Amino acid sequence: MRGNAAAHDMVAPGTLSAVLDLLAAEPGKWTPIAGGTELMVAHAAGRLTSGNLVSVWDIPDLRFVETTPESIALGGGSTFRDLRTNETIAAEFPLLAEASTWIGAIANQNRATLAGNIVNGSPAADSSPALLVYDAEIELVSVRGKRRVPYHAFHTGYKRSLLAPDELVLTVHLPRRFAAHCQYIRKVGTRRAMAISKVALAGTALIRGGVVSEVRVAAASLAPYPSRMRKAEAAIFGNGISPETMHAARRALLDEARPIDDIRSTAEYRRRVGANLLEEFLAELAKTGGSG
Amino acid sequence: MQAEAAGFASPPLRCMLTLNLYGRNCGFPTMSTHAKTRIVGAPVLRKEGIDKLLGRARYVDDIEREGMWHGATVRSTIPRGFIKTIRFDRRMDWKEFAVATAADIPGANHIQLIFADQPCLADGKVNHCDEAILLIAHRDKQKVREAVAAVQIEYEPLPAVFTIEESERQDVIVWGADNVLKSFLLEKGDVDGAWAAAAHIVEGEYRTGAQEHLYIENNGIIAEYDAEKGVTAWGSLQCPYYVHKSLMAVFGLPEDKVRVIQTETGGAFGGKEDYPSTLASHAALLAKKCGHPVKMVYDRMEDLAATTKRHPSRVRHKTALDADGRLLAMDIEIATDGGAYSTLSSTVLSRATLHSPGPYACPNVRVRSRAWATNTVPYGAFRGFGAPQAVFAIERHMDEVAAAIGMDPVELRRKNFLHDGDTTATEQVMREPVILDKLLDRALAQSDYHAKRTRFAQENRISAVKRGLGIAAFYHGSGFTGSGERYLNSLAGVDVTPEGQARVLVSSTEFGQGTNTVLTQIAAEAIGLSYDDVVMAPPDTGIVPNSGPTVASRTAMVVGRLIERASLQLVEMLRKHAGLAADFTTAEFFAACARYRAIEGEVVSLCRYEAPPSIYWDDQKYRGEAYPAYAWAVHVAQVAVDTVTYSAEVEEFWSVQEVGRVLNPVLAAGQIEGGIAQGIGYALYEKVLLQNGHMANNQMTNYIMPTAEDVPPIHVHFEEIPFSHGGYGAKGIGELPHDGPAPAILNAIRDATGVAFCMIPLLPEDVMARLAVRHPVEEAASV
Amino acid sequence: MSGAQTAIEFTVNGERRCVQTEPMKRLLDVLREDLHLTGTKEGCGEGECGSCSVRMNGELVNSCLVPVLQAQEATIQTVEGLACDGELHPLQRAFLECGGAQCGICTPGMLMAATHLLATNPNPSMAEIREGLAGNLCRCTGFVRIFESVVAAATQTHKGAHAR
Repeated sequence: MRGNAAAHDMVAPGTLSAVLDLLAAEPGKWTPIAGGTELMVAHAAGRLTSGNLVSVWDIPDLRFVETTPESIALGGGSTFRDLRTNETIAAEFPLLAEASTWIGAIANQNRATLAGNIVNGSPAADSSPALLVYDAEIELVSVRGKRRVPYHAFHTGYKRSLLAPDELVLTVHLPRRFAAHCQYIRKVGTRRAMAISKVALAGTALIRGGVVSEVRVAAASLAPYPSRMRKAEAAIFGNGISPETMHAARRALLDEARPIDDIRSTAEYRRRVGANLLEEFLAELAKTGGSG
Repeated sequence: MQAEAAGFASPPLRCMLTLNLYGRNCGFPTMSTHAKTRIVGAPVLRKEGIDKLLGRARYVDDIEREGMWHGATVRSTIPRGFIKTIRFDRRMDWKEFAVATAADIPGANHIQLIFADQPCLADGKVNHCDEAILLIAHRDKQKVREAVAAVQIEYEPLPAVFTIEESERQDVIVWGADNVLKSFLLEKGDVDGAWAAAAHIVEGEYRTGAQEHLYIENNGIIAEYDAEKGVTAWGSLQCPYYVHKSLMAVFGLPEDKVRVIQTETGGAFGGKEDYPSTLASHAALLAKKCGHPVKMVYDRMEDLAATTKRHPSRVRHKTALDADGRLLAMDIEIATDGGAYSTLSSTVLSRATLHSPGPYACPNVRVRSRAWATNTVPYGAFRGFGAPQAVFAIERHMDEVAAAIGMDPVELRRKNFLHDGDTTATEQVMREPVILDKLLDRALAQSDYHAKRTRFAQENRISAVKRGLGIAAFYHGSGFTGSGERYLNSLAGVDVTPEGQARVLVSSTEFGQGTNTVLTQIAAEAIGLSYDDVVMAPPDTGIVPNSGPTVASRTAMVVGRLIERASLQLVEMLRKHAGLAADFTTAEFFAACARYRAIEGEVVSLCRYEAPPSIYWDDQKYRGEAYPAYAWAVHVAQVAVDTVTYSAEVEEFWSVQEVGRVLNPVLAAGQIEGGIAQGIGYALYEKVLLQNGHMANNQMTNYIMPTAEDVPPIHVHFEEIPFSHGGYGAKGIGELPHDGPAPAILNAIRDATGVAFCMIPLLPEDVMARLAVRHPVEEAASV
Repeated sequence: MSGAQTAIEFTVNGERRCVQTEPMKRLLDVLREDLHLTGTKEGCGEGECGSCSVRMNGELVNSCLVPVLQAQEATIQTVEGLACDGELHPLQRAFLECGGAQCGICTPGMLMAATHLLATNPNPSMAEIREGLAGNLCRCTGFVRIFESVVAAATQTHKGAHAR
């Protein structure tokens, strides 16, 4: 344990409005801490620089799953256990339910939150590829009010985002229009549990009249932040799933991917396996999509 | 006999008198190792199990001593060089702290192992990253951490070497005259003359990486220093007397002024065989400096970076066979990376050398082996101790040989297995039964090997997941090599306390493998008590004799045998001198002990190691009985290789072994299962990444061991051939299971993919580099 | 006001406890140092090994990652709270009989994970057992006998031998 508990102050006002008031009163001073699965690791390594933490753990206004006919609203303070045990998510957003089982193991899932995963902004974030192919919208909140941004625009660079210093992620909205889509997600880690992603790929698609009428592909660790693979999508959209399409999609992904070498894996591995995952998605699409 | 009341003055001395009065115990009947037993062989419950399950077991970090301070280490950040200056930041009030350097060492600045080249604290020069330079203690743990960060060290770097190849080039000499920590030459017959007659000659090179023990409890010691009593150390360790010996040297103290006590130890696997001697010296130096007990418990990052690991290796084989696939000659070259100091590299190299020819009969064998120094953290003992490296090479090589000569790998092995009466590479005659064929048959049957291979060959044509099966056949020499046990000269036995407790007296320690259970089983059986009536004496050098280190798979066999003999001797003593009847109840036994104590003052029975007859070993020529006994095994791995992710996973694993008498089936199976799981990690998951000689992935998040979701079902079957010189017929078991998984797995991967991988750890990135490129055009464009 | 101490009140193994400590002190350290409940262990400090696992408000968590302020008014169960009236918990008995503990350092956390698993899923499949224990590293057993222990305890509990 290399962190010093005495060097950090932490408060837990208990309500959303109290937290927002604090963030607004002293912008940049307070770091929100939810389940601690990221910040407490930094603390133990002696790398927690923020001297002031405000707990957003288990605040009812942040921890909820609500459905309307059009969309599902996931509170930023929902844990991954909350998400993976929700019936609507399991039925209509299986990629997110699956991704929720990827976070560490059971104990981590009981504490890690959706907002924490997103705001931490790792290119390897487990929830991001699923959110991206579900057209997620992020709702941010501060004393100044609420605003929504498409999730695909939320991350702006490596560990940089649109989040203002006085804002929290209030809700992640997912439109309930993917139940009929072909859905694919796969994570490649160093082992089957307790693994940070080397690369992951998610895909949703519809086939109408033998051609792809909608397609979304997103990846972890193929860019400085979780990203839609637009070139790959372009190579797929409007086409049937033929060997030519698969070739073209693969080439496009290999071209647009910008992975790096790091302690976990190599750029080459990420690129090649990312392309293999894309082919796997397309092969499944071909099987289930049919020609109708 | 209370250790406190008696002080540390030698119980062994008093018991030696007892032994001499009644003579050596060659006259005592030895229980037949085939006899029916009540307790030995039964799945009795782990002796210390309840405390562990209740969370009551006290590991070193659970223990506080009155007035205790905390210690930490300032370590080198360069791999090799001179220390120019050490600056203590003036913003710190250093008067509050105790600081110890090499100058504070009262005795010799080295850790006692085989050679004395490893300093306790660096003195003017460092030879690896994370080498300990100075020590700091304070009452407040947080302040110690801040103090470590407040020490600035300037170095004058020197060129460093980091790999076997760099060391072999010998253009930078970092150890001795030539970087060679140790070398061996083993010769049988005439290897050079065999090539001409060979129908086939097959060569191969095999490499293994470093491996970290990853015991879940980090290294830790609490030490106290007293001008009168000397040094006392408690901690997580395997060998109290190794630490004892080292502390004597560092402090220049006699035997009775050093006391070492093992605390409940959360895993060791060899990683706490020699390192605790360093840590205990450090804690004790600080304790002497500050006048308080000092606790030093590493966190995971420090333990990973700074303590011992398995030796990396490179093994080259050149093999001659006749037209029928019979071995004519083996020319083997072994190189290990020993790190910056010799520590245990010579004995690891010895075992690697002796295990390198595999369980095969071959008339001409030459093994040339060398341990090379590099500027990395010294490598040390780890379950298998050179055998996993050597067995990986020979068992991979046998599959390569089979492929090269067009023979089935199972049949190639059968054709060449050692049998009763054959001689090994050291000319040791196999006088004990060798049942490799039987083990192999059973392993093949249990795994449905042939049928599955046929089926997989079909399925692999259309499946993205390629499956295969691979085998490994091997032995593991039980106990110390050659004359090692004679040199150890172990002393062990049993006593009965005035409170009526029958105790086993050994310095052999428990760290999960079952020492406490099997030794009390043996004592209870041999004396004629119930299992619950016998306990372990505390693993305290002030109380127990030196029964040798808890290493080399020797505890059940060698120490167990001593306990068996001493127990029989005790009963004989009580019969002769305290009226114990031929048949007795527990109450009568303890009554006889009371009578005996009234006459003799204590009830103790000790025995010293006696070598089995006709153990002949030439340490110079490396010829003779290399080991008193061998355990044997065949492993079969079923592996799936996913061509989408290039990941290999073990789907199922079978092991069939012969380890002499199985003393406790639950504990024995647990040893096999645990060893196999570590072997799977060694093969497919565990990689030590060095940057400038420092372990860059020194966290559990990036040093990857298999989780509960990664380990396959593991099948364990024992054949039993009791060994007449082992405790109740037992041979060694603990290390055997780590020798087989890596070659079996990589052989299975070869079977699945047709690609021969010869290096571990084999990661998906490595597999990808060699599997057929799917789309050459795109791949070239993307580079 | 860095590190000003706060009063934390919570229930640990059925007992109401109160500590005065820094809010950012880890729950693990509060349990071990302030309450002297040393059954819960530190193996890595990074939430990877699970040897610090406890149940907080019925949920399995890594106590090395919980700032104690977030345990305010929580109900905590540690390994010391498993046995009842001198009788081993069925899982403890099963671990003992099946050889689920070797060196024992992972055992407290493993027992908490297994307790949590059986509380939420009384009759788990092997896949569910593996997933339930995936966050608890054991270096000694290869997990085989741990799985057997959980199955044995689940079977026994299912038979209604020890209703808890």
